[in-house]
Amino acid sequence: MRSSGSARLKKRNNAGPQAATAKNPGPNPPPPVAKIRNDHIAGLVLFCFALAIAWEAHKLPLGSLHEPGPGYMPMALAIVLGLLGLLVTLRGGQSPLLQSLHWPEIGHAGKILLACSFAALALERLGYRLTVIILLVFLLGVIERQRPVIVTVVALGFSLGTFFLFADLLKVPLPRGPWGF
Amino acid sequence: MIETLQNLYLGFSVALSPSVLFYAFVGCVIGTLVGMLPGLGPLSGISLLLPLTFGLTPTTAIVLLAGIYYGAMYGGSTTSILMRIPGEAASVMTCIDGYAMTQKGRAGPALAIAAIGSFVAGTLSVVGLMLLAPPLAAFALRFGPPEYFALLLLGFLVLAYMSSGSMPKTLAMAALGLFLGMIGIDAMSGFFRFHYGVVELGDGIGIVPVAVGLFGISEILLTAGQSARPPIQRPKLRELPPSKQELRESVAPIARGTVLGFLIGIIPGSAHIISSFVSYAVEKRLSKHPERFGRGAIAGVAGPESANNSAASGAFVPMLALGVPSGPIPAVMLAALMVHGVSPGPLLIDQQPALFWGFIASMYVGNVILLILNLPLVGVFVYLLRVPYSFLYPSILIFCILGVYAVNESVVDLWIMMAMGALGYLLRKFDLETAPIVLGLILAPMLEMSLRQSLAMSSGRYAILLSRPIAATMLFIGAALLLLSLRPLFTSASDWRQHAGLEIPSTPPNEEK
Repeated sequence: MRSSGSARLKKRNNAGPQAATAKNPGPNPPPPVAKIRNDHIAGLVLFCFALAIAWEAHKLPLGSLHEPGPGYMPMALAIVLGLLGLLVTLRGGQSPLLQSLHWPEIGHAGKILLACSFAALALERLGYRLTVIILLVFLLGVIERQRPVIVTVVALGFSLGTFFLFADLLKVPLPRGPWGF
Repeated sequence: MIETLQNLYLGFSVALSPSVLFYAFVGCVIGTLVGMLPGLGPLSGISLLLPLTFGLTPTTAIVLLAGIYYGAMYGGSTTSILMRIPGEAASVMTCIDGYAMTQKGRAGPALAIAAIGSFVAGTLSVVGLMLLAPPLAAFALRFGPPEYFALLLLGFLVLAYMSSGSMPKTLAMAALGLFLGMIGIDAMSGFFRFHYGVVELGDGIGIVPVAVGLFGISEILLTAGQSARPPIQRPKLRELPPSKQELRESVAPIARGTVLGFLIGIIPGSAHIISSFVSYAVEKRLSKHPERFGRGAIAGVAGPESANNSAASGAFVPMLALGVPSGPIPAVMLAALMVHGVSPGPLLIDQQPALFWGFIASMYVGNVILLILNLPLVGVFVYLLRVPYSFLYPSILIFCILGVYAVNESVVDLWIMMAMGALGYLLRKFDLETAPIVLGLILAPMLEMSLRQSLAMSSGRYAILLSRPIAATMLFIGAALLLLSLRPLFTSASDWRQHAGLEIPSTPPNEEK
């Protein structure tokens, strides 16, 4: 009798917290998992953007319903967009969970956008050819880590080749650098 | 009929001239390459090459750009079949059964049937374009501002209804595009809207930086850094001919795909994409062996490939007959026409018969060129696919920068392109379509102008939209579509996509995990 009682006590002590959840949830129940879904975020962003458009549109003359002014259509669009944003949010329960969204390429994407920003800033200052050479060295050499010889050949060849094809042969206006290069 | 034949004779005399033939060939080659290379769809390709057409005549410009468009429909099937990576969005459905055939050693016949189906559909749909566009243009002479407003509104509703995503999300994207189209000077009052002191924005946001950003740059952002691609099969010429049974099984899907694609192409939206989805669903529904779909059914290749080519021709019907683009690609081509001083609209066919009929004839010629290019030269094109993507995407990026800058020699356009690229990346991550944005951008000025002109005509009364029969009919159809799309919210009825058994992938097609 004593052994079965102590066996029961030992069993209860060794069972762990999960055994207690049926009748006693325990002192620290796990927090509920957030069920934010993609469409909740998308709809909310659309709604906020609609508010921003409405704010800007109200600064323009709206005119009247029968004689619309320049602000009329943007305001109408803002209302439609806001309603659609709300609808997307409310129906968001059918979309995938936000935490299921993965961003494995975001680092790469950020670097590419950085490279494009450099191109926009440098294109008219350094000229097309120099900008493209620097861009390709960055993309191929730094991001993609290709061999230096290949990077050099591709960067020079592509830059000079495309400039010759588009600017010299096809007469597309491409900027030249301060040294005429 | 005799008049049509005479016009066609005029058209061929233009299309077979050396310069037009040359540019048709160049357009087809570039289109095939653009269609094959993932990350550079026909819209980006056409947008990038638009500045290069400024020095050409209107006819050669439109022939070149059209060649890129339908060439991309041919080329997109190559990577879909050989690598299960769609070269462009309309080839997504071809991936399924096309790659399954490749795995069974039937890559050659799959490529051959795709090319044959594309040729047949492309040729027959040009006949449809030739027969439908002139009478439609004559009918459209009765259109006034209320009819154009109703037509454009109907176009957005049809686009949203037919899209693979949800209707509210598609309409929201269209609204976003309409807003972008309102940036700049208001044509009726002269007010500057949403330009924040940036002089270049006074003219509005151009379609090229938006299109290249949303489609080209966002694709690069999503796919750069991906892991190595699967090995590519390179079929030999002798392996290309399909068996008699495969040919027999392809006839009906090609015929159905042609008709379906052409009709869907006329409707505003990303017709070439939607048509391939619908064609796949129809073939699966009608097949005596639906269990073969997904495992190498030839109908799963023949139908969608025919449909997307046919839709490309159908899209030209409203563009040429009405001056209303049915999608982003026809819109860029209309922009090309306007740059050359050609006013699109119902009078185009009468005022510029050499351009219209030359364009029609060049499409016949282009289809022949593409059939020749895509079959015997498939081995040559496949070599291009062996170029590592780590080298390919920087090249595409530089072409994007070059093309966008060349339009207006403006760095502001580059910033717009980058912003749109980042936006497109985020939108696709959240399963929001980007094509409606471009359509909204293009149609915004026309939509607003036609509404305000209608109200000016009627002294501010909206009843003008209902009192004119053509406008009222179009608005009624739009309202019906809206109610149909809302039906699943209130009943247990499923929408047409579920009825058709369509399973649309929610992640971008190039996302390989």
